[in-house]
Amino acid sequence: MHVIDTQELVKSYGPVKALKGLNLQIPKGCLYGLLGPNGAGKTTTLRILCTLLAPDSGKVLIAGINALQDPRSVRKEIGYVAQEVAIDKILSGRELLQLQADLYHLNNLEKEDRINKLIARLQMSEWIDRRCGTYSGGMKRKLDLAAGLIHKPKVLILDEPTVGLDIESRSSIWQLIKELRDQGTTILISSHYLEEIEFLSDRMAIIDDGRVIAEGSPEHLKQELGGDRVTLKVREFSSQDESEKVKQLVQSVEGVRQVVVNKSQGYSLNLVIEKEEVLNRLRNKVLEAEYQVFTLTQSRPSLDDVYLQATGRTLMDAELAVSTQRDLKKESKQSMR
Amino acid sequence: MLKKHKNLSPPLTLLVEVMTNSTIKMMKINSIANLNQETLALTKRLFLQLIRRPSTLFAGILQPLIWLILFGALFSNAPEGLLPGGMNYGTFLGAGVIVFTAFSGALNAGLPVMFDREFGFLNRLLVAPLESRNSIIFSSIIYITSISILQSLAIMFTASFLGYGWPGIGGLFVVVITLLILVFAVTALSLGLAFALPGHIELIAVIFVVNLPLLFASTALAPISFMPSWLGWLAAVNPLTFAIEPIRAAYSGPLNLANVLIQAPYGDLNGYGCLSVLIGLTIGLFILISPLLNRKLS
Repeated sequence: MHVIDTQELVKSYGPVKALKGLNLQIPKGCLYGLLGPNGAGKTTTLRILCTLLAPDSGKVLIAGINALQDPRSVRKEIGYVAQEVAIDKILSGRELLQLQADLYHLNNLEKEDRINKLIARLQMSEWIDRRCGTYSGGMKRKLDLAAGLIHKPKVLILDEPTVGLDIESRSSIWQLIKELRDQGTTILISSHYLEEIEFLSDRMAIIDDGRVIAEGSPEHLKQELGGDRVTLKVREFSSQDESEKVKQLVQSVEGVRQVVVNKSQGYSLNLVIEKEEVLNRLRNKVLEAEYQVFTLTQSRPSLDDVYLQATGRTLMDAELAVSTQRDLKKESKQSMR
Repeated sequence: MLKKHKNLSPPLTLLVEVMTNSTIKMMKINSIANLNQETLALTKRLFLQLIRRPSTLFAGILQPLIWLILFGALFSNAPEGLLPGGMNYGTFLGAGVIVFTAFSGALNAGLPVMFDREFGFLNRLLVAPLESRNSIIFSSIIYITSISILQSLAIMFTASFLGYGWPGIGGLFVVVITLLILVFAVTALSLGLAFALPGHIELIAVIFVVNLPLLFASTALAPISFMPSWLGWLAAVNPLTFAIEPIRAAYSGPLNLANVLIQAPYGDLNGYGCLSVLIGLTIGLFILISPLLNRKLS
């Protein structure tokens, strides 16, 4: 059975279509990653799943419950940790957890027990009784995560849980997420960090422009792509002209596919080879034509390549493209209730 | 229930019915307990904020006292017998300051909610399986009401210290009841605004625009008989006036709510009339605003 099941979710904000028929099926106990550039519709999807937002059309089932008909029952099952940490800076961390426990109707015994366990597990004891206003980003995020876990949710929804965090905080949060998965919690995590999704998720979906465009385990998605990636430079900084000429040249080598001139890396050539031995043929061809080989590196396909293949652009380019179009002020207004 | 179990024997049917009823009863008790728990937790948060950031409370008590002391002294040498019933100006003003203080406090009730909306804290509450989202409203009302009563008592003690009188037990009762009705109405209005307006800047703007004009166009600072007829009309339909006059009556001697308290251009109104208008206004506001709150909160 799927713990999270959405069908054909559509959501618009005025003229902007955020979701254009999004389908997600997440099995029980799965750590599921949602990868996509900012503005792809990740947050909108998560907000619909945790009943903060109603879709214009489509179906949402969480743990078999229809989220649109019985949102309250769904709320009992999910823990949601939003992207923007919402913490009352006047309260201490412990008081915030107590408030959260009361909102989920834990009795006094459960409450103390749960709070103490979470403080111990997340190593918050040193600062938990200080006011939240004094916390660092990592502390706030840990506290927010603890708040989302207070009622032992079956489903945990994390919206960009490590954005803007230092490496240490990030890895401790990653460890906790994996631990929760091992204990049987179904976890949905959104991120625009490739390595985060790659490291954490059992399965993943790439969302772009309000739709799922690829789905599967990260390994599977990479294998499906096939071939090794190769970067070739004939000198440290080639001109565009020169690179185009070399491109013509290597395209004729048997077993070479998809040659792209990468402007952002000094006009290096990015290409895909089918087999290991193509590399030697490639090198010989370049040397025969009296070019130097400055670098020739080979790598397994990454998730970025998967993204590139599915959308025709790299994740970074997609981020840059949307960053100029987005109106963050307007978006924060939209997220207000 | 009986229909569902019609193949069961009669005693069993009865048992099923009794059990179902008791489960329903337990569920009801449970939901009341839940509602209590969440409302108390939310109220506790508001009070913790107040205790740790007490400057607003101090300012909220100090400001009316300054009004009372400075404004009360302004007309202390005015000819005697100028005010209706031969009241001195300090006593006259006391009722006005009490009502005005409770009014502006309640008008600000929406601000914390607005900030919770803006900072995303409200989302934390909306994602939780609250028994009823009305607990968000209840907690605001409990909080604002307690503060208003506290402020009013401070004003009343100071007024009595300044020799402006004390309403007595019956009068005190009228003061508290009147304030409760007013605070409920204005809190509802303010929470409605907090959900209807786009941000705190707009909310503060509305509060600014509403606050002082309502004070000046009421009988807080002067009786209707002092006013030109257009202002008298405004004062006579101003909700603040309906709260001020019963409290002023409580101060002016033996309390009788059947006495005429407002000589309005449209006719005379006694104390019961004033309170009825206030109650009607409160109910009206709740009916007007609850669809908005429900829409925003569900």
